[in-house]
Amino acid sequence: MDSRRDAALRKEIVMKKRSRIRLAVSAAAPLLVICLSVMIGHTAHASGSPRVVGITAKRFGFAPDQVTLKKGETVTLRLHSEDVTHGFFMRKLKIDTEIEPGHTTDVTITPDTAGSFTTICDHFCGANHGNMKMTIVVE
Amino acid sequence: MKIAGSSLGIGVLYTALPLPAAGKAGEMMRWLGKTTGEQMTPFSFVQLSDAHVGFHGPPDPLGTKAFERAVELVNGLPTAPDLVLFTGDLTHGTEEKDVHAERMKQFLEISKRMKVGKVMQVPGEHEAGKTAVSWPGVLLQDTDYALGERRVHYLVLDNVSRALPEIGRERLAWLKRDPARFPKTAPIVVFTHRPLFDMKPEWEWFTRDGDDVLSVLAPYDNVTVLYGHIHRDHEHEKGHTHHYAACWLIFAFPDPEKVADKKPIAFDKAQPFRNLGIRVVNESAASALTVRDVELTLGSIPGSTECSRS
Repeated sequence: MDSRRDAALRKEIVMKKRSRIRLAVSAAAPLLVICLSVMIGHTAHASGSPRVVGITAKRFGFAPDQVTLKKGETVTLRLHSEDVTHGFFMRKLKIDTEIEPGHTTDVTITPDTAGSFTTICDHFCGANHGNMKMTIVVE
Repeated sequence: MKIAGSSLGIGVLYTALPLPAAGKAGEMMRWLGKTTGEQMTPFSFVQLSDAHVGFHGPPDPLGTKAFERAVELVNGLPTAPDLVLFTGDLTHGTEEKDVHAERMKQFLEISKRMKVGKVMQVPGEHEAGKTAVSWPGVLLQDTDYALGERRVHYLVLDNVSRALPEIGRERLAWLKRDPARFPKTAPIVVFTHRPLFDMKPEWEWFTRDGDDVLSVLAPYDNVTVLYGHIHRDHEHEKGHTHHYAACWLIFAFPDPEKVADKKPIAFDKAQPFRNLGIRVVNESAASALTVRDVELTLGSIPGSTECSRS
């Protein structure tokens, strides 16, 4: 009887240990995924993912009002609005998007022509909207 | 068809008349006579643009004076035009809806003084933003009409109300259906606010899908596009389509080819209406439109004088 009880007890202990291990693995999984993702992200960035340039839109201008890129370099423009919906348009650089407040909008470009490109807000945002612009210089 | 413009001092008076039966215009007239039994009869219209009612500032402290002067001169025409059409920016935009409503009310009060057959409007971006006041029945959008038996076909294209400088897919679909009812020789006049071609995209002087519009109209022999928005003279021709910027009723903008920044031309107290003026359009014997610029003056309509525009 004692031996059966001991056997049952040992089995219960083993089951609890296994359960703890499963719980531990289960709890660690998201962290592991995050860690792996970060590692992969760092690796990818280190191996040449696009440079990120932040640009903020606010009536009636962009900050910064000028950015300089290199010809042939792939760059992500990370756009953010501090007030209302703005446009972001420069046909020659194939830029044509809207910037909604509360969201981040990424535009990835690889300029193949050097020059100075005036990029405008083309979404009417108020009486002085017509002068809302910035310059993208490609060297 | 002959489209002729007269010196008004404030806008453009266009007059369409049947030409002597010669050339393509003559063919069109004969076609109309044979197939419909109708002949074109003379008509005239005035285009006004960019009144910006409510704007007060250093580039032009005159407020609505030029607009009110325009109304007086229209009423002084020897023959009242059949139509006055505004090509946008009737008011100056503002974030305050009550203020914008007052501006629109003022615009309507002034425009109603004109003793003409019809007064119509196409919106400009200052009427089209999220803060714009809704005035049902005031803005003419997505529609077309003919002046009685006069066989010129009018298209009014709204390229501002989507808050972007574009016509939009739905309106383009309508545009593809509409002129198909007419022969390729039928004269078509397009009213719109922004230029339909890339005049200066960096200054927002363009329509994103303007090429699509012009492709639809390309098969037609006689297309005239009348627009506003740029506050300066400009004419452009591509294929059978002729584009004419309207005269304007508030500060002028400089030549984008000569200056980098889009800043209004400074107000000149000695010549308060300098750079506000008219466009005279005449058709030559070769059926091409010739354009002369006439500066705004305080003289009578016949006394308006031609000048060189800066």
